[in-house]
Amino acid sequence: MANIKSEPGWKDLEPGFVISEPGTSREYKTGDWRSERPVVNKDQCIKCGVCYIFCPDMAIVKGPDNYFEADLYYCKGCGICAAECFTGCITMIAEEE
Amino acid sequence: MAEKTGIEVSIAAADAIGMTNVDVVAAYPITPQTHIVEHLADLVASGELDAEYIPVESEHSAMSVCCGSSAAGARTFTCTSSQGLALMNEIVFLAASMSLPIVMMLANRSLSGPLSIWNDHSDVMSIRDSGCIQMFAENGQEVFDNTFFCFKVAENKKVSLPVILNMDGFSLSHMIEPIEYWTQEMVDGYLPDFEPVHRLHPDKPVTMGALGMPDVFTEAKKLQNETLLESKSVILDAWKEMGEVCGREYHPVETYKMDDAKVAFLSMGSMGEVVSLAVDELREKGEAVGQLKLRLWRPFPFEELAEAVKGLDQIIVLDRAISFGGPGGPVASEIRNALYHQDNMPFVTNYVCSLAGRDITANDFIKIYEESSNASEEMLKRNDYTIYGVRE
Repeated sequence: MANIKSEPGWKDLEPGFVISEPGTSREYKTGDWRSERPVVNKDQCIKCGVCYIFCPDMAIVKGPDNYFEADLYYCKGCGICAAECFTGCITMIAEEE
Repeated sequence: MAEKTGIEVSIAAADAIGMTNVDVVAAYPITPQTHIVEHLADLVASGELDAEYIPVESEHSAMSVCCGSSAAGARTFTCTSSQGLALMNEIVFLAASMSLPIVMMLANRSLSGPLSIWNDHSDVMSIRDSGCIQMFAENGQEVFDNTFFCFKVAENKKVSLPVILNMDGFSLSHMIEPIEYWTQEMVDGYLPDFEPVHRLHPDKPVTMGALGMPDVFTEAKKLQNETLLESKSVILDAWKEMGEVCGREYHPVETYKMDDAKVAFLSMGSMGEVVSLAVDELREKGEAVGQLKLRLWRPFPFEELAEAVKGLDQIIVLDRAISFGGPGGPVASEIRNALYHQDNMPFVTNYVCSLAGRDITANDFIKIYEESSNASEEMLKRNDYTIYGVRE
């Protein structure tokens, strides 16, 4: 399979289910697994980056304003960032809210 | 063509593997094992064979090493039996699902318990649905010839699947038989160099063994099934070409004295030679009996079987394993299934026999023949299978 295609047919697959192009995991949307998303209160945030370090999926990115925020395309909503945050500025909000 | 040499089948098999110029051999060298890996170790140690010989700590590791080396593009071989196969079980399925063209010889032995080291087919039946190509050899010459065939089919780019060559433990693996060796030129002409479909190499990274989420797993299995089914044309070509190289052409279903036969024995592996003796004797007595030998087990030869059973009233399937609490022997159950939609389907009688190396002779097959041809249809229908020779 050269690229991750949505709902591929069996004829689209490479022999042995080999992924023949490197780096295609970036295309894989894991954000739709999420039931809660992290929301940052920028008034409290000290831009320390502990959330960035602890995120097991490297889904937290540094924005142009140097605040760290989750890329919701990948964030699975595990809540580790909120649990590790020193200032308590990250709140997990249910997706349906 | 070289002359026939009297040699132990396992040693000849190892010599054949050496002649394929195999790159990696990984095996657990303690019971249950054969002289195949022992002799390969000798060949590597003496410098006759330029290969990596990896004596691993278990069969699970043996097949794992094979997966790694095959994925890296090395021609790869392993060998095991019974409990060893049971221990490597999960990796056999992975090798097939990752399309890794590993060749494995199985010296078939029973699965314990009771603790046993003797020959039957209960080990290979545990990986029946692994997705590997599986064939059975009847004698030492067939093992030798088909060693080259196995690599040729496994490594064919249209196939790229593990191939398992079954040979009966002890009754084949440890016997001294007259075997006609191929010359190295014959092997080199028949078996091209291994060029993998995909290989693990830093120049072109690929992922093998990736996660298959529910939205793609079914497609992956469909691809695996289609690849195995379509391998049959490559198998047929490879056997045909072998006929041109060494004069012995093999077929998915071999037939013996089937002209005008009304009843046929059907078996897999070395027992077929003993059955042939019984068929000879019964033919002399004027009985319309023939013999079918199922050589190709996966992919199952549906068309060839249907063709071979034409005109038969009855097939006596001789199974060397039992499916506990199920329909008897695994071979009979597949034969019944394969012929179910056929008009005038022959009646399938099933005998489970010669478990764990219990001797079975031509006279026993004559007895089986008489027993099943004298039985009333009603009796046959009531009795789906018989465990032959079991004491009350």
